[in-house]
Amino acid sequence: MLSFVLIFIASLFFTGIVVRTKSLASGRKGPGIMQPMKDIWRSLRKGAVYSNTSSDIFQIAPSIYFASILAAMMVVPLGSQKGLVSFSCDFVFFAYVLALGKFFSIIAALDTGSSFEGMGASREALFSMLAEPAFFILMGSLGLLTGNTSFHDIFMNLHIGSYLSYALVTIACFVLIMICMIENSRMPIDDPKTHLELTMIHEVMILDNSGFDLGLILQATNLKFAMYGALIANLFIGNWPLYVSIPVFFGIQFLLAIVAGIIESFMARFRMGNNAQFILALSSLALLMLFGVLMS
Amino acid sequence: MDFISIKNNQRIKFAEIPVLAYADFFNVVTNQLMEKPEAHCVSYFGIPAENNVQLLCCIADDASASINVLSSVVSKTDTLQSITAKYMSFHLFEREIHENFGINFDGHPWLKPVRYPYNAADKSQTMVNYPFYQIDSEELHEVGVGPIHAGIIEPGHFRFICNGEQILHLEIQLGYQHRGLETLMIEKKKLLQRATLAENITGDTTVGHSVAFANAWESLCGFTADKQLQMERAFAIENERIAIHTGDLSGICTDIAYQLGNSVFGRLRTPVINYFQRWAGNRFAKGLIRPGKTNFPFTNDLAAQWKEMISAYKPHFVEMAEQTFDLPSVLSRIERTGIVSPAVAHQIGMVGMAARASNIVRDIRASHPFGHYANIDYKPVLEPVGDVYCRARIRYDEILRSIDMMNDILSTMPYDHKPATTLDKAEPNSFVVSLVEGWRGEICHCAITGPDGDLTHYKVKDPSFHNWLGLALAVRNNEISDFPICNKSFDLSYSGHDL
Repeated sequence: MLSFVLIFIASLFFTGIVVRTKSLASGRKGPGIMQPMKDIWRSLRKGAVYSNTSSDIFQIAPSIYFASILAAMMVVPLGSQKGLVSFSCDFVFFAYVLALGKFFSIIAALDTGSSFEGMGASREALFSMLAEPAFFILMGSLGLLTGNTSFHDIFMNLHIGSYLSYALVTIACFVLIMICMIENSRMPIDDPKTHLELTMIHEVMILDNSGFDLGLILQATNLKFAMYGALIANLFIGNWPLYVSIPVFFGIQFLLAIVAGIIESFMARFRMGNNAQFILALSSLALLMLFGVLMS
Repeated sequence: MDFISIKNNQRIKFAEIPVLAYADFFNVVTNQLMEKPEAHCVSYFGIPAENNVQLLCCIADDASASINVLSSVVSKTDTLQSITAKYMSFHLFEREIHENFGINFDGHPWLKPVRYPYNAADKSQTMVNYPFYQIDSEELHEVGVGPIHAGIIEPGHFRFICNGEQILHLEIQLGYQHRGLETLMIEKKKLLQRATLAENITGDTTVGHSVAFANAWESLCGFTADKQLQMERAFAIENERIAIHTGDLSGICTDIAYQLGNSVFGRLRTPVINYFQRWAGNRFAKGLIRPGKTNFPFTNDLAAQWKEMISAYKPHFVEMAEQTFDLPSVLSRIERTGIVSPAVAHQIGMVGMAARASNIVRDIRASHPFGHYANIDYKPVLEPVGDVYCRARIRYDEILRSIDMMNDILSTMPYDHKPATTLDKAEPNSFVVSLVEGWRGEICHCAITGPDGDLTHYKVKDPSFHNWLGLALAVRNNEISDFPICNKSFDLSYSGHDL
């Protein structure tokens, strides 16, 4: 329960901190930290407009997408505190409930019949598909290392291990940050700020969404970011008491947002054709973890 | 005499232009282009001559700094042998003549109108049923972008034929911005109205086009600008070049999501473009260039302000540009992207900065110098490959070159302002070609006066007219997600093309 609430709180500030970091890095003052949330709140109070050519799929997809994120959040623990639900192999549930949400957002994009959105959908499908092995090899290696199969048990037992576990956590941290950037369609894979439909991935899929639906999708993205932040935080927290783990949780979320902002400020986006290579490279990094575990 | 050889801005009697039979006209034009690889067509248009059409072709011979002009009178119902079949660079000129007069060209790959004006020869062809190149394939898909785009840009439709992410073909359909500008230049009788129209041919080349108009009109009136005025105009052209090139570098950084470059170049452009505000009271230099005079004489104080501005600009600009062209993530996006090979660029007659990025020496400042440029020996900047990197890099080098040139201008400027000359009436029955190297490339204005000394025909050609095809060819076999960056690297004008 605790992790669910904390992720929600962290999500409220996440995009604001990313945007502020980018503004400061480019020498501007930038909007207030809460501005992205105000925009979402404004969207949520509006009605949505639907095209005549789209079907029911398009109308229910944003809600399913949002629900899938909430469902995935339920299994994320916080140190010694279990998530709302915790069962063996819950990380498989985590990955596929997210995939379910993504599936609906992809078919909703295809449902609009726009040539842009079809392109975005195919890109999103490809890149998420390529990111999947990295996530499973990573979680599988950690499971093998600790002998457990649920998020909570894996993270709890990670810290009783040897020096090897520190090395593995470092790689896991990097891979998770990158998966987080891919899943949230941020740089260097996708540019959330661009106005050019032809180069977008995620943004182009939601071009036709408006009002309440758009608000849901944007808030879902914030939640997703904070959720991956929580996973990364879990790599460090272990069984610390709450008065330590909660500040550490927020500290790591804050750092993740700043890292995202800095990456987006000081480098160019990858060429679309190189994205696949880059994402596959994450899988090979995850494989390195697996070999490390097997050797120990 | 097959043709008459004139200099840039040299006035001749219209009757002096040789009139050939079309078969001879065709041979002379193609021979000219065949014999001299550096020769290129700067303007080719038709004017109504009683019931017939007189075709005028101006071929710039860069080696001898002359423009060879010849003409032919043909009937509207004629079917003429297409020059495009031999020289691709004529394709748009012939389409324009076909649109205006309904003349057919035999051997032209696809003779469809360029624009859809109310006074087109064939009114049954409309924008709505524009014939696009089509594919009939299960594997390929079409992507249509525009005519209304996200962001504040002009309208134009881009139709891609793609194999997955790869572009096989791009067709660019323009004409939405057609304002009947050439007709307005004739209908508006006051010089101020005409000068204002010339300024607004394309919003980003105010100085370039207004200098081209001023040069043409002054030449028709037999007025030669004094040294001070010539220097001021060259100074304004170069300042515009610096401002727009810097803004384009910012735009290129935006399109590859390099935020630092975007914001720093964006910030650097502002003081340069704002310098015109201090000089002429308008950020885009509207009102600065007027035939026969200047309303905003350049002063010592303005020179000091510019020096102060540019000394703050240059170190930051150089630092940012060096960093941008050294950053692996930037280079991986722009190198080998959107290549126009020198051979293709030559074949389609590309001009200006984009041509020089494809290693073609084509710079009016060097080949057909006018005004102040005639007193200096300008060496064009070249880049070898013709990819987005070269088109970005050439902007960096040209900016540094322009700064040096402007410093030289300031050190030799006499500051003696002559009183304004009223230029109401031009020499009757005359013809003049005015070429200017704007920041985008070669601007060509052709003016013809009637028996009463007033304009009877005015032909404008913006460099975009040649270069849009370059963009369409550059993106072939590239990823569709790289189209925006290719487009920005050319930064072509819609209104300059549509007129």
